[in-house]
Amino acid sequence: MQQLSTRHLLGIKDLTENDIQLILETADNFKEVINRPIKKVPSLRDVTIANIFFENSTRTKLSFELAQKRLSADIINFAASSSSVSKGETLIDTVNNILAMKVDMIVMRHPYAGAGIFLSKHINAQIVNAGDGAHEHPTQALLDAFSIRQKYGDVAGKKVVIVGDILHSRVALSNILCLQKLGAEVMVCGPTTLMPRYIKDLGVKVEHNLIKALNWCDVANMLRIQLERFDIKYFPSIREYSMMYGLNKQILDSLDKEIIVMHPGPINRGVEITSDVADSKQSIILEQVENGVAVRMAVMYLLASQNPLA
Amino acid sequence: MLHKPLLSSTKFDLTIKRLCYQLIENHNNFSNTVIIGLQPRGTFLANRIKEELSKILPKTNIDCGNLDITFFRDDFRRRESPLVPNTTNINFIIEGKKVILIDDVLFTGRTIRAGMDAMLAYGRPKKVELLVLVDRRFSREIPIEPDYIGIQVDSIASQNVRVSWKETDGADIVELISGK
Repeated sequence: MQQLSTRHLLGIKDLTENDIQLILETADNFKEVINRPIKKVPSLRDVTIANIFFENSTRTKLSFELAQKRLSADIINFAASSSSVSKGETLIDTVNNILAMKVDMIVMRHPYAGAGIFLSKHINAQIVNAGDGAHEHPTQALLDAFSIRQKYGDVAGKKVVIVGDILHSRVALSNILCLQKLGAEVMVCGPTTLMPRYIKDLGVKVEHNLIKALNWCDVANMLRIQLERFDIKYFPSIREYSMMYGLNKQILDSLDKEIIVMHPGPINRGVEITSDVADSKQSIILEQVENGVAVRMAVMYLLASQNPLA
Repeated sequence: MLHKPLLSSTKFDLTIKRLCYQLIENHNNFSNTVIIGLQPRGTFLANRIKEELSKILPKTNIDCGNLDITFFRDDFRRRESPLVPNTTNINFIIEGKKVILIDDVLFTGRTIRAGMDAMLAYGRPKKVELLVLVDRRFSREIPIEPDYIGIQVDSIASQNVRVSWKETDGADIVELISGK
């Protein structure tokens, strides 16, 4: 059988197309598992996983935790805000203390880009990046690709537009890399101020007009405006952003084709998308959440399988 | 490598027919019985049994599914190569039903143990029976015995039993393979 070409999941950048396909195919099996009357398998019953979150998260943390429980792993949870990190302990010391408790795998979210890469050079445990600053959020990209594949049968040849705050978004970068590796065309759309300067170097189309972007695409992935990451004002007001880049039912219905709408959550209803779009049959937001558990099960299962028992 | 035939095509057919009649003796019209083939190779036998039963009992609808046991195996992280999951396809209720688990070869019993664990995720059956085409008796590592047996084979651990299927291998044959 194939196995992943990497020991950690630090970013989509490190994955080959085969790795991504293997994860998506394994996730198909786990999707079936989590829809059984008894949704649990014993595969990781001898694996201990630490979820260390240096930044707030609701759905990613819950999704990982549920995936770990569905795989029968032992888990410990760590939130930086209520830990010795607030007393000045370093990242490596914190993680080494956790590893001394015989932990096999670390799922880490960190506010700084590259935190997972840094850690992987200093510790032996396998690391899954659950989001590092504005850098990568690989499992989100994998579940987005899985959701598109589930809807259309294949990602290759599909046109996907990522709308909104591309500058601060780890979801955008991971999505671009993942979708391109799977053969999709990617466009980014948003205000110039929220567009990274070198975005075109990634081989994506750039569009500032939402209607034009929507008319081009098969899938619209609407990103949240990450006001918490804004150190300066990037647009005059939320209301203006919403008028320029918000997706409402009227716009959706005016398109000459039926596109699907995605959102990594949490949704700011009435800002990126209106409620009638979020709750419409074209929205697959809740399917993304369900698929997230299956994809994260697949990732941790495949990583654990590389680490045989002594 | 030495290939010793254990079942020729003709005997293979007869064996499956005999197994079907044994099943009918105990399960009558299959109104409360379902068949589950264990992935990957048990599904061929399960499908063949279903096909044969449908010929013998043409007006009877027999529920037949495939069950993957990969995530329930006891050798995850103990093998050199990772395990490949297969598809599970069980579109019926097993709660309160008589279940016939089917596999091609019974060797150590560990696959069947995993199969029973995996099956229980779909409900609590009234009764579970095991049907195998080849029983490599005297090689069990856990106490599992079949209810329906095609043939019994006395073999040592270094030997392999290969079941070939018309659908994928061109002919229905069972062989004992010895040596390198």
